[in-house]
Amino acid sequence: MASGVRPRVKVPKSASAGDVITIKCLISHPMESGQRKDSDGNVIPQSIINNFTCSFNGETVVNIEMKAAISTNPYFEFDAMVPEAGEFEFVWDDDDGSTYTDTKAISIG
Amino acid sequence: MELTRRETLAVGGAALLVAGLPMPAMASAVDDQINAFTGGADVAEGGIDLIAPEIAENGNTVPIEVSADGAASILVLAAGNPTPGVGTFNFGPMAGESRAKTRIRLAGTQDVVAVAKMADGSFARTSKNVKVTIGGCGG
Amino acid sequence: MKFKALTAIAALVVAPGLALAQADDDNLVINGEIEAVTKTAAPAHMEDTGVDTIMSGWHFRSDETQALQMDDFDNPGMIFVDLGIEQWNKVEGEAGNSCASCHEGPESMEGVRAVYPKWNEDAGEVRTLAHQINACRTENMEAEPYKYTGGQMANMEALISSKSRGMPVNVAIDGPVAEVWERGKELYYTRTGQLELSCANCHEDNYGNMIRADHLSQGQINGFPTYRLKNAKLNTSHARFKGCVRDTRAETFTPGGPEFIALELYVASRGNGLSVEGPSVRN
Repeated sequence: MASGVRPRVKVPKSASAGDVITIKCLISHPMESGQRKDSDGNVIPQSIINNFTCSFNGETVVNIEMKAAISTNPYFEFDAMVPEAGEFEFVWDDDDGSTYTDTKAISIG
Repeated sequence: MELTRRETLAVGGAALLVAGLPMPAMASAVDDQINAFTGGADVAEGGIDLIAPEIAENGNTVPIEVSADGAASILVLAAGNPTPGVGTFNFGPMAGESRAKTRIRLAGTQDVVAVAKMADGSFARTSKNVKVTIGGCGG
Repeated sequence: MKFKALTAIAALVVAPGLALAQADDDNLVINGEIEAVTKTAAPAHMEDTGVDTIMSGWHFRSDETQALQMDDFDNPGMIFVDLGIEQWNKVEGEAGNSCASCHEGPESMEGVRAVYPKWNEDAGEVRTLAHQINACRTENMEAEPYKYTGGQMANMEALISSKSRGMPVNVAIDGPVAEVWERGKELYYTRTGQLELSCANCHEDNYGNMIRADHLSQGQINGFPTYRLKNAKLNTSHARFKGCVRDTRAETFTPGGPEFIALELYVASRGNGLSVEGPSVRN
């Protein structure tokens, strides 16, 4: 896996049932585009995070198929429904087969 | 092999012609990706919003936002990049709105294209030209 | 007298619309709670410079770039603060210590960024924050020093700076540091390279103007380390100095060396009164 990969996710700690909340997430990753060359002129192979999924209690909020034009340290912001208390799960899939995950619980009240 | 100046110019010109070829190829790459997304269906203009800066301070990190009421998914393409794919946003049952923000790379001034697949199976597209400026002294 | 440099600058400076060329009047509030001072009266020692208001580089950036610094979940530099926290708590070296062994939580670093570089009485020298971090590592932890402008150093500086955000930069320029400060001032006004440009030619004489498509700032370092969109990573002040001097087409000084220590002290003192912003976001 790429070194130093670290997710950073912002989810409110609580919401009212039925609320729509905004989620922000950022992960440190070079997102090597496959367009760059090293100092010897050889193309540096593409190595990116190619997929991101956020789910709530097992149901998908958003799935993003990512290409090399997503910037270094990929950032996403999106909206989720919160019908009940539960847990958000965030999964990033790396080209090299690694997956990075994070979870955030949210309560109703 | 030794080339005269005239020959060198001729070779250079030919190389330019060849280098020019990917342009129409790129345009069709964008069309190909849209067709793959829509299955060849008609695409209406409008019904989808794409927010991007008119002038991007740095092409390496350009903030964009896409939204389309009730869309099931949104395809984003950068028409002037070496490979036009940016990403596809698929909204699931727990999505609050069909809206997302991200940051993208643009190789130069170009059109960013977004195509939405609506819940009823129809398609809508929009595009926005983003000017990418070249930095200062390179530092 | 100034003919060569003026010619060079005339060649570099274009003005695509005067409206764009001024620093803006936006207000920087981070996370809706930290109100940063980004414009204030120049410190007394700048009386002869013709600069009466000092301004953070934040004012010279586009609205989109400015917004990235206003929320810690939009600011990509904060990932590296998180990595800095891991480093803070990691035991390294023969002494079996981490930063936390002596300093407890990173909150103990509140105010530290604002007063560096500063005089170290025991060592009898001016120390930058990076030098102090490495002194802690080699002397108190018996660990390897970080590379002066490397990623781990930038992470640690970002963590420490983040604890002083909103506090005014307040480096001392007199007493035992006066000699080094004078040397830094001399360097600031010394032309280097084939372009024969000093720091002042761009950042004192021409801030607010365009250098090609880019907006020249006052070259303040209150926002360092800074996450640059250009290279998508944290950049330290000495790495930035090196880049600037290189762009005058000169052999640069060494990051962490005596010239850049002096220059950092002087440049930091030109920002006395601005808020610490690190990690900031710039283009």
